[in-house]
Amino acid sequence: MTETSAWVIFIAAIFTNNILLTNFLGMCSFIACSGQIKTSLGLGTAVIFVMIMTTIINFVIYHFVLVPFGLVHLQFIVFIAVIAAFVQLVEMFVERFSPRLYFALGIFLPLITVNCAILGASLFMIIRNYSFMQSIGFGLGAGIGWAVAIVLLAGLRQKMRYSHVPKCFEGVAIAMVVTGVLAMTFMGFAGMVTIQ
Amino acid sequence: MADKQIACATCQPKGLCGGKGLLTLKEGAWTNNPLSIQVLGICSALAVTNRLENSLVMGAALLFVCVGSNLIVSLLRKHTPHRIRMVAEVAIIATFVILFDQFLKAFYWDMSKQLGPYVGLIITNCIVMGRAEAFALQNPPILSIVDGIANGLGYAVILAIIGFFRELLGTGEILGRTIPVFSEWYTPNQLMILAPGAFVALGIVIGIFNAIKGPEPEENK
Repeated sequence: MTETSAWVIFIAAIFTNNILLTNFLGMCSFIACSGQIKTSLGLGTAVIFVMIMTTIINFVIYHFVLVPFGLVHLQFIVFIAVIAAFVQLVEMFVERFSPRLYFALGIFLPLITVNCAILGASLFMIIRNYSFMQSIGFGLGAGIGWAVAIVLLAGLRQKMRYSHVPKCFEGVAIAMVVTGVLAMTFMGFAGMVTIQ
Repeated sequence: MADKQIACATCQPKGLCGGKGLLTLKEGAWTNNPLSIQVLGICSALAVTNRLENSLVMGAALLFVCVGSNLIVSLLRKHTPHRIRMVAEVAIIATFVILFDQFLKAFYWDMSKQLGPYVGLIITNCIVMGRAEAFALQNPPILSIVDGIANGLGYAVILAIIGFFRELLGTGEILGRTIPVFSEWYTPNQLMILAPGAFVALGIVIGIFNAIKGPEPEENK
């Protein structure tokens, strides 16, 4: 068990170890949904919520069910099932109790099941051997970090509409290069805090 | 400049050729390359390409999972109720990923350590899911295997290209060996093996592919 406090992990997961810009997780929806700031905000919020909840659930399942029964090799299939079931549950819950939130968030929820950042956060938590509090800090930080990154890129892409990009680089290609520059600026945070 | 809306969950890879195996092969590996044209499954493409060796193993992993899951999904396609097909697909894919992961852990422990969570993340790799959903569900087993091979290869080749250049420019080595002439005048640029290098490298590769392919017959421009 590492000694770092949950707070340090939380900060590190947002800035120095941003799950998107240093671990490349959740790229698919990152590229697809970063056209507008509003859309990306909605998706970001949904990711934060689902990520923290699934990290907690997966932590409990892993340490209290899988390890005692020696079923660790099934972790992938269990984690993805938990994520899919949780997303489904949230969708039904939100639809029933808050239609307005459902329309704001609803379309993004199915997308989140296939967002590898969610599964990645659970896997990192296991690999890095986090305690319960650390996992909460990590789940929350990773979610916020992802949301920050996608909103930043959405802002940049909105500006980019008015610039002349070489024909063959239009669309995804230039978005990747811009993300590279974004990742470079986030490297400026390196050394502030370090985990792992 | 219409933003390409490529969402993993909703992607509908266009131009499904119901025809012959060769056409399927070309479709998957070149004209509709999952990575450079459809831009699916780029998470792992970025994460493991800092060394050529990792890229090759990851390419092999995806090839294996893609072929295996395509075959099983195709065999079961007439027995899977439509409503639960997604769950069934994920379960099949996860099984193959676990197989490969256990194999790596048993025989190549160092490699398994290096790839870390990214082997497990093949489950959420949109290429595998996309092929199962878009191709294997409608096609007979043999053709599905061919499609799996084609898409796996298309992915592996791009991964190898990116891995090659990132390792060469980032460390001045290939597969851990120094290149004699090259390393004398070239100072390795650490940035290439770090995160930003990955994004820029993939962006450039996609751009070059677009340039080679020529202007896309874009329907919504």
